[in-house]
Amino acid sequence: MENVDTDQIIPARFLKATSRDGFGENLFRDWRYNADGSPKKDFVLNDPTYKGRILVAAKNFGCGSSREHAAWAIKDAGFDVVVSSFFADIFKNNALNNFLLPVTVSDEFLARIFAAIKKDPATSIAVDLAAQTITLPDGGQETFEINNYKKTCLLNGYDDIDYLLSIRGDIENFEKINEIA
Amino acid sequence: MAKTLFEKIWDRHVVKTIEGGPSVLYIDRHFIHEVTSPQAFKGLEKRGVEVFRPKQIIATADHNVPTIDQHLPIKDELSRIQVQSLIENCKKHNVELYGLGHPYQGIVHVIGPELGITQPGMTMVCGDSHTSTHGAFGAIAFGIGTSEVEMVMATQCLLQSKPKLMRINVEGKLNRGVISKDIILYIIAQISASGATGYFVEYAGSAIRELSMEARMTICNMSIEMGARGGMIAPDDTTFVYLKGRPFAPQGADWDNRLAQWRELYSDEGARFDKEINIDAATIEPMITYGTNPGMGISVNGHVPALSEINDKELPSYIKSLDYMGLHQGDPIKGKKVDYVFIGSCTNSRIEDLRLVASFVKGRKKAEHVEVWIVPGSKQVEQQAIKEGIDKVFEAAGFHLRQPGCSACLGMNEDKIPAGKYCISTSNRNFEGRQGPNARTLLASPLTAAVAAITGEVSDVREYLETNNS
Repeated sequence: MENVDTDQIIPARFLKATSRDGFGENLFRDWRYNADGSPKKDFVLNDPTYKGRILVAAKNFGCGSSREHAAWAIKDAGFDVVVSSFFADIFKNNALNNFLLPVTVSDEFLARIFAAIKKDPATSIAVDLAAQTITLPDGGQETFEINNYKKTCLLNGYDDIDYLLSIRGDIENFEKINEIA
Repeated sequence: MAKTLFEKIWDRHVVKTIEGGPSVLYIDRHFIHEVTSPQAFKGLEKRGVEVFRPKQIIATADHNVPTIDQHLPIKDELSRIQVQSLIENCKKHNVELYGLGHPYQGIVHVIGPELGITQPGMTMVCGDSHTSTHGAFGAIAFGIGTSEVEMVMATQCLLQSKPKLMRINVEGKLNRGVISKDIILYIIAQISASGATGYFVEYAGSAIRELSMEARMTICNMSIEMGARGGMIAPDDTTFVYLKGRPFAPQGADWDNRLAQWRELYSDEGARFDKEINIDAATIEPMITYGTNPGMGISVNGHVPALSEINDKELPSYIKSLDYMGLHQGDPIKGKKVDYVFIGSCTNSRIEDLRLVASFVKGRKKAEHVEVWIVPGSKQVEQQAIKEGIDKVFEAAGFHLRQPGCSACLGMNEDKIPAGKYCISTSNRNFEGRQGPNARTLLASPLTAAVAAITGEVSDVREYLETNNS
């Protein structure tokens, strides 16, 4: 499915919480459940054979709203990695800020992943952040991009706020030079 | 070296650059609202960090507020808690709040410009993807997630990688009945809902320069709908005239100094863009969407594309989309019956939008089967509409003028479109379920929405305009 937008990932009516927890149960709410709350049998995440920690999606994943609740919902539902051939910008930042790794692969490789899953829903795909590789059981492999700063953050569990707080002196200096009141 | 408008502003706001990584970008103004800020305040408190520059933050309640009886307590408990949390957080951290009941309350992207908070050359962010709206003033403005809201609260800075730059030139004269919403829907239909991902867009050309500030805001507002991080337009006399005298605009000698700086904000001759697109304004017709992303737009005289016109890879999404919308491939869109008309949202809820709709519907009546909601973008827009008697025009036509908020654009409050119903909407997203579970959204301009309210179906407004009237 292409262009999966953040209103599908987590509909606006579920954004009323004031904490970051519990959004997982409403992940893909309207695709997962009927209006009466019963699960839709034909939706992939309702089928336990497709259970896993890597979410695989087609082009332009996470487009639309800036709601970080989308990343929180995916993480809360037990995923650590999202694989697509193309991510929307804001979603990508939100994911990284929540230690959810967005892995961008080529269209061809994405097609191979889908084929492998179709053949065997229990297939195991390996994502190695340090080596920046994603590997299929048949040995097929692709490398993915991530900027060095973010990679270091993810591997060491730092976040941007820790870094920004550490350079507050530089920021105050910048304000002085630029006469920002 | 020749610089783009974007680069001139960006370069002035870089505190430092991490080698092989992003830049630390200083943020001049930060807007917050009730939905994407509570977790950020909580995060700060957990870290034991104070808000760094509370005077550079402006708060309002807009996303889930009711649009009737705003003087009463909010009925929905969760919405009430969210709005109440905003009040408490702002009080605790000394942030100015234009909440319910305040004369400045309204949709965050409507009140920033109308109060003169939004100014050329600034960097501005908000936990909302339509922050790109403020780019209409020649500012770098973009939407951020809640972790980033927390970063800006803590340090007034963000870590950002410099985006690629795209310029879209719209040259020539617009057709009668075609307005800025049609321009942006046309652009998105041309380049797709992901066509500008990774880019920051500058809109230029004679057709853009001719537009009013409010019309420019509509264009920049929807930049995110083609994936762009933001959109911007070089400031000019139209911008300066709009700003002068607004409550937070600079005054006296300060105004003169700023104005001199603002006049330098344009892309230099020979500045390099990673991509450039040219559009002939005369080819644009009144636009409408038929599908479930904003790139699925056609002329109101067009037809829903046939399956044979869609490439194989997109076919599954396309079929799902038509199925959701209850539309058939190859069908004309004109004449499609609509049930609801929603005129509002940060895209089209400003006073010019309401004036335009009023001028069209004056002396006309809505179609019997249609429900029409007009939701002003702010308290100030609402008061101005009442002052001009626009509310009476709407009343006579059978429309409901409600109170300010995001309303049916995203259906977080009670303003939801019922399942299966068609709503012609001046908002910005036609995603599945956006206006309510299984609601079907057709995005269009306020003028195209107004004519549909009268005829009860998708219509070409030009067939209803008097000859000498645009």
